[in-house]
Amino acid sequence: MSAALAAILKRDLKLALRAGGGAGIGMIFFLAVVVIVPFAVGPDLPLLKRIGAAVLWIGALLASLLGLERIFAADHEDGSLDLLFLAPLPLALTAAAKAFAHWIATGLPLVVMAPILGLMLGIDARSLAAVTATLLVGTPAVTFIGLLAGALAVTLPRSGLLVAVLVLPLAIPLLIFGVAATDAAVTGEIPLGAPFRLLCAISLFFFVLGPIAAAAALRYARE
Amino acid sequence: MRLLAEGLGSMRGGRTLFQGLSFALHAGESLVVAGPNGSGKTTLLRLIAGLLPPTAGRITLADSEDPVGESVHFVGHLDALKGALTLGENLAFYRSLFGGGGDTVDAALGRMGMGTLAMLPAEVLSAGQRRRAALARLLVSHRPIWLLDEPANALDADGQILVARLMQEHRGRGGIVIAATHTRLDLPGAREISLAGAA
Repeated sequence: MSAALAAILKRDLKLALRAGGGAGIGMIFFLAVVVIVPFAVGPDLPLLKRIGAAVLWIGALLASLLGLERIFAADHEDGSLDLLFLAPLPLALTAAAKAFAHWIATGLPLVVMAPILGLMLGIDARSLAAVTATLLVGTPAVTFIGLLAGALAVTLPRSGLLVAVLVLPLAIPLLIFGVAATDAAVTGEIPLGAPFRLLCAISLFFFVLGPIAAAAALRYARE
Repeated sequence: MRLLAEGLGSMRGGRTLFQGLSFALHAGESLVVAGPNGSGKTTLLRLIAGLLPPTAGRITLADSEDPVGESVHFVGHLDALKGALTLGENLAFYRSLFGGGGDTVDAALGRMGMGTLAMLPAEVLSAGQRRRAALARLLVSHRPIWLLDEPANALDADGQILVARLMQEHRGRGGIVIAATHTRLDLPGAREISLAGAA
């Protein structure tokens, strides 16, 4: 069973990282969002410092949505989704393996980029560490929520917008507690632990719910 | 091992494709599903694989510990190859996914007459080569029931002889072959179901 899971993980990573896999698009989008904000806000460093964590979170959240609508649709189009159904694996685990591979290829680079982009917004070292930690916990949850949207999008053409509409409301708690935990680290008014632990709890909830819901949606799409 | 279908019926898009379909296949037997385009051949194969729920009836596998879905190889009209991966990588993936237990990737490709193509990206293969690659999946891991949808499509004369030989060997080892076709297939001693098409 673990060999089959490892095979799915390895294949999806290879596909994402080869030419045309689209792993780099999220990084470019993230960079574009963060670079464009200071132009809109103006060269007001204290203001940028204050909203920096929120800008990074919004950029990473939106960048995480890219490509999610293809996560099952590509397999559906070439017939390999049928074969994933016939694998000796629970469908939810198959879905989880695909989501994890997607996150490693698209989400993890965003987390690595965040502190570098944060420097451009004038965020100090302490907050940089906090925002990176919250993104490390929060972006996989965004991918796992998107897994459900990706499963629903299997039989729909041009479903990119559908993914955004379905994921964003569910991702709002992640955004709130992610930014709250970062603010807590900066201002020190409330302890960092409280919002950060809530963020972890929400993430864990979606790690479980996402694959199960996606598997149910995929089964339903068969009928 | 026995594959039993009892009173199978299927409706697609509000249209009855077939109903009351029953058959029993023992180890080593084969079944040819014939019928014109749109008569439900592919649907029947997908029902057997468990990829579609039947509207009526059921499929069971007697004298076997595995569920039907984990006992079948399904070669549909799509080749399930990833163009960005090499032929060898594609097959190695399916070998691990289905738990191996068959030929190595190189041996299976050699058997299908593509021993020298393992390093090529799948996207440059011709239709016939892609078909051969899909059929090589049958060899890299062992599963007792083969469900083949138009297995000879796009294959040249040699390829068709090769497919017939593979099916024969599989039956010789006690496997079951169910093939859907609108042309003639070289399957001696096979039983036949003819789907007439919806009225």
